[in-house]
Amino acid sequence: MSDRAAVTAPSGPAGPATAAGRARLGRAGRVALGLLVPVALLGAWWGTTAAGLVPPYQLPGPVAVWDAAVDLVERGQLWHHVAISTQRVLVGFAVGAAAGLAVGALVGLSRLGDLLLAPTLGAIRAVPSLAWVPLLILWLKIGEESKITLIAIGAFFPVYTTVAAALRHVDPHLVEAGRAFGLRGLRLLSVVQLPAVLPSLVAGLRLALAQAWLFLVAAELIASSMGLGFLLTDSQQNGRVDRILLAIVLLALLGKVTDALIGLAERRLLRRWA
Amino acid sequence: MVLPTEQTALPSPVPTTSPGGGRGTSALPVRLDGVARAFPAGRGSTPRTVLAGVDLEVAPGEIVAVLGPSGCGKSTLLRQVSGLDAPTAGRVTVDGTPVAGADPRTAVAFQEPRLLPWRTLTQNVALGLPAGTPRPAGRERVARLLDLVGLSGAAELRPRQVSGGMAQRASLARALARDPGVLLLDEPFGALDALTRLRMQDLLLDVHAAQPATVLLVTHDVEEALYLADRVVLLRTLGQGAAPAGSVARVVEVPGARPRDRAARDLAELRAELLDGLGVPTHHDR
Ligand SMILES: Nc1ncnc2c1ncn2[C@@H]1O[C@H](COP(=O)(O)OP(=O)(O)OP(=O)(O)O)[C@@H](O)[C@H]1O
Ligand SMILES: [Mg+2]
Repeated sequence: MSDRAAVTAPSGPAGPATAAGRARLGRAGRVALGLLVPVALLGAWWGTTAAGLVPPYQLPGPVAVWDAAVDLVERGQLWHHVAISTQRVLVGFAVGAAAGLAVGALVGLSRLGDLLLAPTLGAIRAVPSLAWVPLLILWLKIGEESKITLIAIGAFFPVYTTVAAALRHVDPHLVEAGRAFGLRGLRLLSVVQLPAVLPSLVAGLRLALAQAWLFLVAAELIASSMGLGFLLTDSQQNGRVDRILLAIVLLALLGKVTDALIGLAERRLLRRWA
Repeated sequence: MVLPTEQTALPSPVPTTSPGGGRGTSALPVRLDGVARAFPAGRGSTPRTVLAGVDLEVAPGEIVAVLGPSGCGKSTLLRQVSGLDAPTAGRVTVDGTPVAGADPRTAVAFQEPRLLPWRTLTQNVALGLPAGTPRPAGRERVARLLDLVGLSGAAELRPRQVSGGMAQRASLARALARDPGVLLLDEPFGALDALTRLRMQDLLLDVHAAQPATVLLVTHDVEEALYLADRVVLLRTLGQGAAPAGSVARVVEVPGARPRDRAARDLAELRAELLDGLGVPTHHDR
C-alpha cells in the first residue's frame, strides 16, 4: 500500500534499486512509512481545527466528520451511497475494460482495424469527460445507463491504448513459433499474444479503474440522486462541509482499496512473467 | 554408441516403440523445385535474393544436413519447407502436396528456443503436441520427451530459470512432441556444451530410428553433419546480382551406415572437402 502515492498514477514495475530497498525495509516497515504522511495530515487537521485556527463552517475537524459518518450510517444512507457508487464503478469498469480489450486487440493485431479505427478513437478520446454528460442524459435519461456508459467510456481508453500498443510489439518470433505449432486466430491470441501483453493489460486495467472513479464523480455530480458524487453536490447545497470531507475521504479510500487489489494481482503476475 | 556419462539420459537399448510414445506417423518425402526467396530491399532498389534455384529431393526417413556460411539462407530454406514463409519462385511439396501456410506435417525447432516465457517447460513442450491429442496421453508423452532430453528435473521451471542449452533441448522436445512427418531442426545443438551436444546427437538418432521422420538439419558443424546425415547439402552465399548460380553449392552423400564412428578415417577427405567449401583452409595433405 505504501508504494502507491496516488490512485491516479500507478507506477510501473519498480526498478532493481527500489526493489532492493523494499526488500530491506520489510513489509511492516513499508506500511508504516506509507501511513506516516496520512497520520501526520490527520494530526495537522485535528490540530488546526481544535485550536480554532479555521472556522468550523469552512473546515470541520476529524471528529465532526466522523460524527457525520456515524449520523449517515444511522440514517441508513451512507452504506447506500457507497454501495451504489461502487456498483457503478465496477459495472462501468467491467464493460469499458472488456470493450477496450476487444477493440485494442482488433486495432493492435489487424492493420485494417488500425487504419480504420485508430484515428476515430483518437478523436473520441480527446473529448473531455464532462462533455459527454449532456448528451448521455439526453439519450439515456438520468437512469443508471447514462452513468455506467460514462464510466465505461472512461475505463475503455486506458485499456484500449495499452493493449493495442502492446499487441503491436509482441515478439514476432514467439508469434511465429505459435503459428508453426498450429495456432491461429483466437487460439493464437489466447495462447501467445494475450499472455505476452498481460503485464501491459494489467497496467492498463489499473489506469482504467482510476479513470472509472474519476468519471463516476463527473456523472454523479451532475445527474444523480444517490452515490458519493451526489453526496458531494447535495452537501454543498446544504452547506454540510463535514459531509463533503467525508465523501472525499471515502472516495480516496475506495479508490485506494480497489487499486491495491489490482496491484496485488499485478505483482503476482509479474513474478511469474518476468 | 551411447556415451559413457554419469547421467543416463539415453534410453538404451533403443526401444521398439517410439521413445516419445507417438502415434507413429510415417516419414514423408520432401521436394523442392527451383525454390527461390528474395527479400525486398528498401524503396527503389532491387530485391535481395537470398535463395535461388534450390532443387532438392529428400526421401522419406532421410536425414539431410544443410551446411553453409552464416547468412547464406539456411534458416530461410527451412522456413520455406515449414510453410512459415513462401518462396518467391519455385515450389515446395511434402508428400506430393504443396506446402501452403504453417504445415501440420512438419515441426520446427527454431534456431532460438522461442519458448513462451510464462509457461513451464512442460507446458511449452505440450504446445508441440498434435491437435486432438487426448490429455493423459499428451501428459505422458511430454514427460517422456522431457526425460529423453534430460530435463525431467526442470520440467516445472520457466524458460528464464533454465540455461540456454536447457531451453534449446526443451525446444527440441517440443518439435519431437509433434511426431511430425518432416522434422526441421535449425542448429538444434548450437547452444549445447560439447558433451551434451554429442549426447543429443545420439538421442536424435535413437528417436529417428524409433519414430521415423524425414529430417532437415541445419548446422554449422561439419562433424555433426557427417555423423548424422545421409546427405549433406552445402549452400553458398549468393552474390550481388551477378552470377545467377543456384544456392546449392554441392550435395554430398555420406558413406557408411549409422551409427558411424566419430573418428572414421574414411570421412576425413569428405570433412576436408566440406570445410573447403565453407571457406575454411584445412591444410589437409593426402
Ligand atoms: N524477413 C527478412 N527480411 C529481410 N531479409 C531477411 C529476412 N529473413 C532473412 N533475411 C536475410 O536473408 C539472409 C539469410 O538469412 P538466414 O537467417 O536464412 O541465414 P542463415 O543461413 O540461417 O544464417 P545463420 O547461420 O547465421 O543462422 C540474411 O542475409 C538475412 O538478412
Ligand atoms: Mg539461421
